[in-house]
Amino acid sequence: VISEFLFNVFGALALLSSLPVVFGRQPVHAALFLVFVFLNAAAMFVLLGAEFIAMMFMVVYVGAVAVLFLFVLMMLDINVSQIKRNVQAEMPLILCLGAAFAAELGLLATGKVMSTVSEKSPQTEPSVISIYDIGHVLYTDYAPYFQMSGAVLLVAMIGAIVLTLRHREGVKRQDTTEQVLRGTDGVTLVNPLSGAGLGGRQ
Amino acid sequence: MIGIHPTQMVFFSSALFIIGVLGILFNRSHIIRILLSIELILLAVSMNFVAFSTLHHAVSGFIFTFLILTVAAAESAIGLAILIIYFRETRTIELNSMTKLKG
Repeated sequence: VISEFLFNVFGALALLSSLPVVFGRQPVHAALFLVFVFLNAAAMFVLLGAEFIAMMFMVVYVGAVAVLFLFVLMMLDINVSQIKRNVQAEMPLILCLGAAFAAELGLLATGKVMSTVSEKSPQTEPSVISIYDIGHVLYTDYAPYFQMSGAVLLVAMIGAIVLTLRHREGVKRQDTTEQVLRGTDGVTLVNPLSGAGLGGRQ
Repeated sequence: MIGIHPTQMVFFSSALFIIGVLGILFNRSHIIRILLSIELILLAVSMNFVAFSTLHHAVSGFIFTFLILTVAAAESAIGLAILIIYFRETRTIELNSMTKLKG
């Protein structure tokens, strides 16, 4: 099946490009490869029949989160070579976890673990979940969670602004309150001579 | 589900999850790498949710994907803001030197 082949291709591309995200040297390249991973994941979502989720991932991750990471990486001006990787202490843990996970993946690849799921799967009606269904469930059953996620985003926005806002000394700013409260005594009307200037100098 | 076996989706998402977890362990001193690895892990979890909700034709998996997306965006925004103010204070973002709270 062509969609199955494409699915495997996108999945392999996602896995391959997630390796430089984790093990590469340049953080900027890592952020760009993360964008590529998310593009491939969006393609996989489209092949699964979840187009709206795919578009959401493109907009939120590629448009917002990745750009945020790139902005911070450019703002910080860190020397990459300063940050040393000392993985000697964690190497046994990494190897143990890696072996366990590789065994899990091998079990998955043999297809014995998931066979019960695919047998139980309702293949009778392969209808695609539309955006209407998502909206219907999201605004009725999951309305409190929807509101809460809005609150989370608001708190995150205000928190990020409050954290990074700073008032530097020596920067001239407009103080509207002082301007409005200033009376007429703060203004001095002068009539300088033409060509002489305020001090009367030639 | 358009002819795609769920094993494939679970294979890819768990492989991505493993790469993310190993990335956190591998880059213990580089906080930006850790944040990127967390994004990979959240993507893997979302892939699982989407796969099984299309398999069982249940919409709730999609809703949880949205919630994960929201939390991931908020988390990266706050984390990077904290990173910026820490960099202003100390001119470094190395995790091993972040010992101010030890007193």
